[in-house]
Amino acid sequence: MDQIAPVEGKAAGELLVRVEGCRQSYHKEASADVIVLDDVNLSLRQGEIVGLLGRSGSGKSTLLRIVSGLLKPTAGEVRWRGKLLDGPAEGVAMVFQSFALFPWLTVEENVELGLEAQGVARAERHSRAEDAIDLIGLGGYENAYPKEMSGGMRQRVGLARALVVHPDLLLMDEPFSALDVLTAETLRTDLIELWSEGRLPVKSILIVTHNIEEAVLMCDRILVFSSNPGRVASELLVSFPHPRNRLDPAFRQMVDDIYALMTRRPVEPPKPLVAERGTVAAAPQRTTEPLPTVSTNLMAGLMETIAGEPYNGRADLPALANAFQMEADELLPIGEALQLLGFAVFEEGDIGLTDNGRGFVEAETDERKELFAAAARLHVPLIAQIKQVLEERWNHRAPALRFRDELEDHMSPDYAAATMRVVISWGRYGELFGYDQEADQFTLEDEDEKED
Amino acid sequence: MTILAPPAFVNGRRMPNLWDGAAILCVLGVLVLVAHAAQGTLAPLPHPNATPIHLDPRYLPFYALRTTMRMFAALFFSGLFTLTVAPLAAKSRRIGLILIPALDILQSVPILGFLSFTVLFFMSLFPGRVLGAELAAIFAIFTSQAWNMAFSFYQSLTTVPRDLDEASRAFRLTTWQRFWRLEVPFAMPGLVFNTMLSMSGGWFFVVASEAVTVGNTTFLLPGIGSYVSVALQQRNLLAVFYAILAMLAVILIYDQLLFRPLVAWSAKFRFEMTSGGGVRDPWVLSLVRRTHLLRVMGEALGDFAARLGGLRLRVSVFAGLERRANPRVVDVLWFGFIGILVALALWRIVAFVAGTITLSEFGHVVLLGAYTLARVAAAIVICTLVWVPIGVWIGLRPRWAQLIQPIAQFLAAFPANLLFPVIVIVIVRFALNPNIWLTPLMILGTQWYILFNVVAGASAFPTDLKEASANLRVRGLLWWRRVIIPGIFPYYVTGALTASGAAWNSSIVAEVASWGHTTLTATGLGAYIAEATTNGNGAGIMLGVCVMTGYVFLLNRVLWRPLHAYAVRRLTF
Repeated sequence: MDQIAPVEGKAAGELLVRVEGCRQSYHKEASADVIVLDDVNLSLRQGEIVGLLGRSGSGKSTLLRIVSGLLKPTAGEVRWRGKLLDGPAEGVAMVFQSFALFPWLTVEENVELGLEAQGVARAERHSRAEDAIDLIGLGGYENAYPKEMSGGMRQRVGLARALVVHPDLLLMDEPFSALDVLTAETLRTDLIELWSEGRLPVKSILIVTHNIEEAVLMCDRILVFSSNPGRVASELLVSFPHPRNRLDPAFRQMVDDIYALMTRRPVEPPKPLVAERGTVAAAPQRTTEPLPTVSTNLMAGLMETIAGEPYNGRADLPALANAFQMEADELLPIGEALQLLGFAVFEEGDIGLTDNGRGFVEAETDERKELFAAAARLHVPLIAQIKQVLEERWNHRAPALRFRDELEDHMSPDYAAATMRVVISWGRYGELFGYDQEADQFTLEDEDEKED
Repeated sequence: MTILAPPAFVNGRRMPNLWDGAAILCVLGVLVLVAHAAQGTLAPLPHPNATPIHLDPRYLPFYALRTTMRMFAALFFSGLFTLTVAPLAAKSRRIGLILIPALDILQSVPILGFLSFTVLFFMSLFPGRVLGAELAAIFAIFTSQAWNMAFSFYQSLTTVPRDLDEASRAFRLTTWQRFWRLEVPFAMPGLVFNTMLSMSGGWFFVVASEAVTVGNTTFLLPGIGSYVSVALQQRNLLAVFYAILAMLAVILIYDQLLFRPLVAWSAKFRFEMTSGGGVRDPWVLSLVRRTHLLRVMGEALGDFAARLGGLRLRVSVFAGLERRANPRVVDVLWFGFIGILVALALWRIVAFVAGTITLSEFGHVVLLGAYTLARVAAAIVICTLVWVPIGVWIGLRPRWAQLIQPIAQFLAAFPANLLFPVIVIVIVRFALNPNIWLTPLMILGTQWYILFNVVAGASAFPTDLKEASANLRVRGLLWWRRVIIPGIFPYYVTGALTASGAAWNSSIVAEVASWGHTTLTATGLGAYIAEATTNGNGAGIMLGVCVMTGYVFLLNRVLWRPLHAYAVRRLTF
């Protein structure tokens, strides 16, 4: 664990950004505010690459937008070079996850956009764009339109567009997550190479990612976020020299440790690991947690994998992620869903099946559905509640609106909608209830089918 | 066919709300006001120095040119209106709240009914000069184009992709740069498509607005529309035929020289990251791209536009004002202002209604509206029964579709009122019942919308679904019911709602038709308005127009929009 140490006042370059007591929430009528980010502090100095690592919904992208000046925090202050930030600042450039290229502009016109906004003269614009295009390996593509290019080439345009303004701070919002594995790796190594050779015209980089290996590969410092609300859970220093070797045992150990850190359960009342049947009434009252958006197929698939060779019921998360070319952000929600339903548990960067999980793997389709239904009713209060309401109603129908409203009191409409979709999909799989999309109503499945 | 986007006015399944009410009152109030102002000047207007219309075909090219010029003048103003009003509505919540429902209602107002008022209004601005009538014609075309273009632009402005919005802000583009680099390009495909629809409708209005009779005075502007109207008076069938030929030529030229290239060019602005299949450039665009001189000129123009769009101007009249002042105070002031406006409108309407309209008259007009409604409905049903099977047959055969599609679009642009005389002659000759046989006139020009939308829908039907249904041996009625009708439904709805909206408008010219001294009249709201216009009965026109607006508006909200929303929700791939 010697690489992981809290970072305290490491004297580096000049202070660029200072975020203090930042809090982002949005107001919802007639109920408490929904908090996205809570009490976040961050300082960024010249010469470092800092990573914001966390699951989706941890507010890391929100923090990036706050630093960029695109978003004004609800509370707390952001200083850019000592001055309070008011709107996008000069000297900050951003690279987007979706590339955000203008499809009607050529590569060169896209790259020149930021310079044009600064009012740089045409000749200079042209030569600087040319330099940036060459630096990033896009020479020859000047007159191409983005839609003619592959994803990797498009993101190079995004990079060139950001670099051409010679920003002091380069913000990157999950820049490689929309690319395939090989392309992403090429772009990463190219970028790091330019950075360590000092050829990048930037002084500091802030990168948002959910890919643990990417963070360890690129960053000098990593802030790990926890979710709901987003907080900085821990801050880690990565002191390996560039270029870094993924296979280095110390590198692997660090990745392992971060997995453990990210799957560590929040300090809250622990749930029973083994589901006991018939205790529906005693379900823990957290009706309003966002559910991991995971399909039942993925859950079943993961459980079968863990149960089979070579894992035999317990798997190392990084190894599992590598074997299936999955990123932490894809793998962890599945595991979390399993943990929520009492089918599996996280332990120190590993995931292990519970007895219920083993039972599920060994069961046939119908039996699986029953096991799943029981687990869902026991562990997902919202599902239990819907089921109960439906059973009480004379026509066994209930509008979905009221449940959605209830969710929206505690989370953003997007998350509420996603959670509703999960509830519907799980409910359907477990044959607990049906859902009529046109009427936006939950319905009870046929009585004779579900009486056992 | 690549040109297919829903017309701009069909978003969401929003039901009428309070703001619609306010907007209705404001629009009606303005109409009443115009009618009132015009009524004073209704009787003795100095006859403009009208140029006589010659039926010699040698004059036709000149008339065609005049008609086309009018068209483009109106288009210019519509563009100006779109580029200024839509951003205001999109950027300022307060303005948008009232402006958007107002535009929505204006779309439902049958402009043809209002022609006499606008003619009088503009004539009184320029007494004794042709300019007044000229401006009135241009205004009529403008009102047939501007609303849906503005709507389309507004919709694009409110759906700018978030990442591009953030990128333009992060790179600190000024409002001016943002407008020309992001917002206008993003809106371009929709704008071009809606402009095309507008222009297609516009030919109809330009022809109708060139010859306007108010009371005893007929204003004739040199143009194809006047030519036809004079030909009708003189029972000169050959001249009508010449006019039809001239119009065909004009639309063909405008289609080939302007719209095909424009649509092909606007594909560049489509917001999608996959490059579309190889759609061949229309010959004009290839000509511009390949001919050195034209290319240099085009590039110079593009360069100039790029420099202009790149200027670092900050246009923030409203944003600045709104940000500086206390939002509560501004809200109170603004909504107070609108409240007063609505109250004023209400007062004018009440005063007008109380003074001129009796309840029985109102009831009579609503009943006439019901007749016209029945006619429109019958026309749509018949067109559906005819064109849907034909459209599907064509759409499923790509080679046919390629051939037919441009023809259908071309026919949609052709002003059907030029063809009226032909049908009228048939009705007169065979002494047919005008109540039934005038109905086809209403749908004559707009049925093509149904055809080309259905063809587009059937061509876009996914191949794998076609194969799957063939593999499952789904045939006959089952195939229509389960496979192709749901597949083309969203397209069909788009076409049908366009057709029905236009049919209402054309009822004003279609329910009354004349050939020499014979006048055929069908009982209906359109005929009522037309009659009131000939009699110079301002209150009658007002009432008719308002009732028709109500019908169109309700029909849109109660039938077409929910249908469209349902189709988009459930039946798109």
